[in-house]
Amino acid sequence: METIRLDLENYRNLLKEYLVTKDETALYRAEQFSKLSMQHNVSPEEIVHVHIEALKELYPDLPEAVDDSLNFLLEAMISYGLAYQEFTTLRQKQSELKSEISVAARMQETLLSTVKPDIRGLEIGAISVAANQMSGDYYHFVADKDDDTLGIAIADVIGKGIPAALAMSMIKYSMDSFPESQRNPSAILENLNRVVERNVDPSMFITMFYGLYNPNNETFSYASAGHEPGFYYHSRKNEFEEIEARGLVLGATEQAKYKQYERKIKKDDCIILLTDGVTECRLGDRFIERDEILEVIQTYIDLPAQEAVEQVYKHFERLQDFHFRDDFTLIIIRKNV
Amino acid sequence: MNINLNVELVEQGTTLHLVLSGEIDAYTAPKLKEELLPLTKRAGASIIVDLENVNYMDSTGLGVFISALKSTKEHGSELKLVQLQDRVRRLFEITSLDSIISIDSTVRGGN
Repeated sequence: METIRLDLENYRNLLKEYLVTKDETALYRAEQFSKLSMQHNVSPEEIVHVHIEALKELYPDLPEAVDDSLNFLLEAMISYGLAYQEFTTLRQKQSELKSEISVAARMQETLLSTVKPDIRGLEIGAISVAANQMSGDYYHFVADKDDDTLGIAIADVIGKGIPAALAMSMIKYSMDSFPESQRNPSAILENLNRVVERNVDPSMFITMFYGLYNPNNETFSYASAGHEPGFYYHSRKNEFEEIEARGLVLGATEQAKYKQYERKIKKDDCIILLTDGVTECRLGDRFIERDEILEVIQTYIDLPAQEAVEQVYKHFERLQDFHFRDDFTLIIIRKNV
Repeated sequence: MNINLNVELVEQGTTLHLVLSGEIDAYTAPKLKEELLPLTKRAGASIIVDLENVNYMDSTGLGVFISALKSTKEHGSELKLVQLQDRVRRLFEITSLDSIISIDSTVRGGN
């Protein structure tokens, strides 16, 4: 309280000086006074109070209306002070939460990180960009050194943010724990479906496409759990074909079965996998159609696979008025022998 | 951008018509869930969700219908979706949810 009283003395002198001289240095010192008050957590209404006291000392015979209006101002400032205090507390809490989320996001990045493997005869490009801090998209490569096969998983958890990210981590660890003998796509999806059905909220589900490429017979086997269909690119005809694979999303019912499909991959052809963050893109009030996405992919398809996926992403990012509602993941795998 | 969803309930005995209009996404899905889930808990109720005026739905909306379906099985009620626009219908087809949720086959236009 000692400092406040000293400040009252100080403030009164400043006010007096200013009223008499209209000197700007008094204004400057008032500014310093405000800063100091803030550092000492002096609330705005206290300053108004000090002002009123000082004014009354200087002019003991203030008109009643002025006196009343000053009290009115004081009351208003008390409410303001309370609201402002609350606002400051919230802002502080918000910044604490933000930093916690960014710690979680970095942890997710580490947990879900995957390495693009070197597989004989394949060129792989992959990009995944989160709409918010934490991603609900996921892709993963599993290279088997014994038989040279490559497993590819691409998945999308519905819902966004932290719950989606947590569900993704669960999926990844379940997949890691499946025995080697169950690496065919339909078995993997059936097992994952049971894990998801038992462990996540009823309104949550996951779509996933799982493919297994075997370079020994150049065959790609795959199954889909309700995932956005990918494309097969015929390089000789410069044409795209939708990869058809029916299957229920993971987590909807316990007994889901997944049909496994197979196809040979020819030299220079590509497998293109994506999430619905790519196909649910919007341009202002309009949706971007799958055909338009193919046109963009076609433009860059002759580039090295990694460059191609990055250029496609940049294309959409550049569009004016474009905004990502969802996480965006795109994978291009080219067979180059 | 319109990010609203209007929900209107018309009751005819045990038949409950839920007429939706607007968009179903992460922002409006909680509202749909709040309206739809209690209806599925009425044993013997037949819930018909009219999606004629829903021009956008994302996967969050699918999640609401999955949990509603699970709830109908638990409580002995029925759920049917009618008048889907093409874009919305496609979502149910891709995810194969049309194999477990009853969806009427009338094809609608829509943008």
